[in-house]
Amino acid sequence: MSLDPATVRRIAKLARIHVEDHEVARLQTELNGILGWIEQLQEVDVEGIPPLTGAAQIALRLREDVVTDGGYPERVLANAPEHAGNFYTVPKVVE
Amino acid sequence: MASVSELTGLSLVAAREGLRRRDFSARELTAAHLAGIEALNPRLNAYITVTPDLALKQAEAADAAIAAGTAGPLAGLPLAIKDLFCTEGVRTTAASRILEPFVPPYESTVTANLLRDGAVFLGKANLDEFAMGSSNMTSAYGPVENPWKRQDDPSAVLVPGGSSGGSAAAVAAGLALGATATDTGGSIRQPAAFCGIAGIKPTYGRCSRWGIVAFASSLDQAGPVARTVEDCAVLLGSMAGFDPKDSTSVDRPVPDYLAACRRGVRGLRIGVPREYHAEGLPAEIEALWRKGLAWLRQEGAEIVDVSLPHTKYGLATYYIVAPAECSSNLARYDGVRFGLREEGHDLNDLYERSRAAGFGAEVKRRILIGTYVLSHGYYDAYYLKAQKVRALILRDFTDAFTQVDALLTPTAPSAAFAQGENMDDPVKMYLNDVFTVPASMAGIPGLSVPAGLDSHGLPLGLQVLGRPFDEETVFAVGGVLERAARFTHKPALYAGETA
Amino acid sequence: MSYTIEGDTGPWEVVIGLEVHAQVISNAKLFSGAATAFGAEPNTQVSFVDAAFPGMLPVLNRECVAQAVRTGLGLNAHINLVSRFDRKNYFYADLPSGYQISQYEHPIVGAGTIEIELADGSTRQIGVTRLHLEQDAGKSLHDQSPTQSYIDLNRAGVALMEIVSEPDMRSPEEAGAYLRKLRTILRYLGTCDGNMEEGSMRADVNVSVRKHGEPFRTRCEVKNVNSIRFVMQAIEAEAKRQIIVWEAGETVDQETRLFDSARGETRSMRSKENAHDYRYFPDPDLLPLVLDEAWVEGLKAELPELPDAKKARFMQEYGLPAYDAGVLVMEQATADFYETVARGRDPKLAANWVMGDLFAALNRTSRTIADSPVSAASLGRLLDLMADDTINGRIAKEVFEAMVETGEDPAAIVDRKGLRQVTDTGAIDAAVDQVLAANPDKLAEFRGGKDKLFGFFVGQVMKAMAGKGNPALVNEALKRKLAG
Repeated sequence: MSLDPATVRRIAKLARIHVEDHEVARLQTELNGILGWIEQLQEVDVEGIPPLTGAAQIALRLREDVVTDGGYPERVLANAPEHAGNFYTVPKVVE
Repeated sequence: MASVSELTGLSLVAAREGLRRRDFSARELTAAHLAGIEALNPRLNAYITVTPDLALKQAEAADAAIAAGTAGPLAGLPLAIKDLFCTEGVRTTAASRILEPFVPPYESTVTANLLRDGAVFLGKANLDEFAMGSSNMTSAYGPVENPWKRQDDPSAVLVPGGSSGGSAAAVAAGLALGATATDTGGSIRQPAAFCGIAGIKPTYGRCSRWGIVAFASSLDQAGPVARTVEDCAVLLGSMAGFDPKDSTSVDRPVPDYLAACRRGVRGLRIGVPREYHAEGLPAEIEALWRKGLAWLRQEGAEIVDVSLPHTKYGLATYYIVAPAECSSNLARYDGVRFGLREEGHDLNDLYERSRAAGFGAEVKRRILIGTYVLSHGYYDAYYLKAQKVRALILRDFTDAFTQVDALLTPTAPSAAFAQGENMDDPVKMYLNDVFTVPASMAGIPGLSVPAGLDSHGLPLGLQVLGRPFDEETVFAVGGVLERAARFTHKPALYAGETA
Repeated sequence: MSYTIEGDTGPWEVVIGLEVHAQVISNAKLFSGAATAFGAEPNTQVSFVDAAFPGMLPVLNRECVAQAVRTGLGLNAHINLVSRFDRKNYFYADLPSGYQISQYEHPIVGAGTIEIELADGSTRQIGVTRLHLEQDAGKSLHDQSPTQSYIDLNRAGVALMEIVSEPDMRSPEEAGAYLRKLRTILRYLGTCDGNMEEGSMRADVNVSVRKHGEPFRTRCEVKNVNSIRFVMQAIEAEAKRQIIVWEAGETVDQETRLFDSARGETRSMRSKENAHDYRYFPDPDLLPLVLDEAWVEGLKAELPELPDAKKARFMQEYGLPAYDAGVLVMEQATADFYETVARGRDPKLAANWVMGDLFAALNRTSRTIADSPVSAASLGRLLDLMADDTINGRIAKEVFEAMVETGEDPAAIVDRKGLRQVTDTGAIDAAVDQVLAANPDKLAEFRGGKDKLFGFFVGQVMKAMAGKGNPALVNEALKRKLAG
């Protein structure tokens, strides 16, 4: 599992992190180093083992269908770097 | 009138007693800490944000409560809060540029619990960015200096460990009586060991995660660091508890952890996992480990050899699962609703530039690794496999706990190292967590106890691991170790004592 | 005779699958306590969890789970007692956390079926592959500013049921019938209001074409079609587009498209994210959802009578033909209305009045059964007035129109307007005599053999009696007097 520059760029795109051309090589080396190291997991025999998806071994709790939240648009928008009235704003999206 | 160093040198339990006896007021206690911070924090950089006005107000309220007889169990005790806990009205950065302007409109459950019990918040402690690191070198607000110095090389600037480096350094240097921290792969225990203090990562689900900036949801746990095991017990008693707002929070009563510290270990079986005798482990750490076992034997415990065969896969498993979860948890930092925003010519450009500017190198690396291991075609080979190995790691512990009641291991494979060391290769830094990560993967409680000094005069910690929700046994073992170790050493840099 | 589209190379079959997103009726959202009501001011129904603030966590709403289970039961589907929530990761302006909590490998409901009725009276079983719960996204407004899109997160986090059909449909009509039937079932269960205009029910249409007997070819997805009519148009437009591509010797690319209703064609979505890598993994903030079998049985026991069962009962109990029964059960409110009218009365007459006069009046006055100007009880009383000969059928229509207009009780209208049927044979005889006397030529023609003039005389007598003559008695009197 070795990453080439195109894959590094593709992953960066998926993660929405802008990567400059000159950064790609360094990232490639670092990421390949990490991935090479975690390759050691391949030697573990996991036949018949169900995956552990979380350490909390309890059933999912359900809550009552009551409105207990919301209704405070000013607080929800207070940290927004930009907003228009009670709307968040982003550069215009064309579908 | 007690000096700054006298007041800040008290344990949390002793300070609480002092307040009760009115030896000093809460205001004096807080003021002493603030003075220490003002003098020493510019150098140590343990705090990102100090909140003196708020702290004094809280201290005054505590004095009033103490006088009225309505004081809670933590009334007037000044704490540092790791800047990963959202504190209402107080800037919370997660040590990242991307949250630099963020002022939470809500209080995390754990810190709300501490406020409910009367604690005073001195400020927000520094950490590795988004809790990713073992040295506090990745903070966007500068590294933290470990107040401990090598006797033979006092000019070297040492790291406090991470990610809760600021919390640990603050407590070690007398800049707080205790602190909140979080542990995902060792981020409470390792810095506690590097800074000569105690720290406990409780069982997963013991403390609520609501309002804590999420890194790896299935691993993150809040816990206290403080100078003594008993202090940790007191703090954990307030921090812990069921929270209906967190679906992974467990509804179990919170026992008297402080009482458990004094229980002793007579009749307990203590396991020594043979796989922790790692190749290259320094002889003095092995020696301290044996000393720890001897202390326990002396107090009536039985020492048993056990095996945790999948120990060596813990780190690789962690470095698949944690990045995977973080790559998803950090997707919300996009410049739209809070935090740093860099303009872009379209939506994706906005995202890409804001995140590139806001995230540091280690965070980016982990997001990219996480994105990759979850991506199409690799999920089975990496993430799914890692979760299966994780099940095996848990099984190792479950099997061991049929033979023993607790395990004793070293906390870290070395003492605190210098800034700049281990920085050339990310993997080298990851190896710091080799002893702490397995317990995180299994969700079991782990306590680090300051047990001795190495040949350079730097602190070393011993780690106690226990069954899920059996923090009491962990505290019992920790209490015995603490009383036997009599670790009263103080770092070279200390509040009120440094020129 | 199956549906095909004629291409240059011969007839093509159309293969259709539908993914319906149905907003769950509940007070609060799927994982947060914010309200779900439609039409609120922007960002007023948003909690910090919905806005994906740091440290926020999801907690599952029991009622949303119950609604999904009820829907599964209504689709004759298998309820999975253990299911799981997964994160579907992608970036978009209306998705604050950068992932949608959905269910991927282990949905709450498994395979089921929907029976559809077609215009020719035939029925087909359409398979449902699965139903799962997921979060709805917020709304982006692109027309409020020249340079920016505005984001409203009120809808973010509302519970959706994604209902996926098997690719069993073969014509736009079948797709339309499926959607109509699904909508009816959801409304009966009270789990979704099925309002496509408001967006509480949306359809993604998967379309492919093939020659008869071939395996499936590449399909395209037409997203977010918001009316049944547009779904049917989109299918035809997309199928034709694909046929042109195949017949030109090219390959249809698998992609996501939008339906442009103004142009009547589909177009490719602008964002080149057609090959999304969603990186599904189990949501680590949640645990597996485990349902108690007894709880599911309890929900089953409380289900209302569903449309198929009700239709069968109507056919059996009221002797209605399949078509009529089908129309009456399409909305539960209509079925209830009908039964109130039909109970203790002639059910076929009741059906005619409801499906004929009532529906026409509702159409004309732009009302629905729910706010009908004529109540079921009133209509029933009108039928009673006919049954006891107080009024005849023709007068009843006049009375009904007045009921629609004034909301008055039929008996009151009959009295007020003096519309009682005349059964006095003396009066009828007199009217008949009057008409025969006034039309000697027609009388001679009739007696000369022109039988169909009988209708003319009936009409004239009724006119003379202002429509109030008892038709049977009028007929009898005319026959008698015409015979001489």
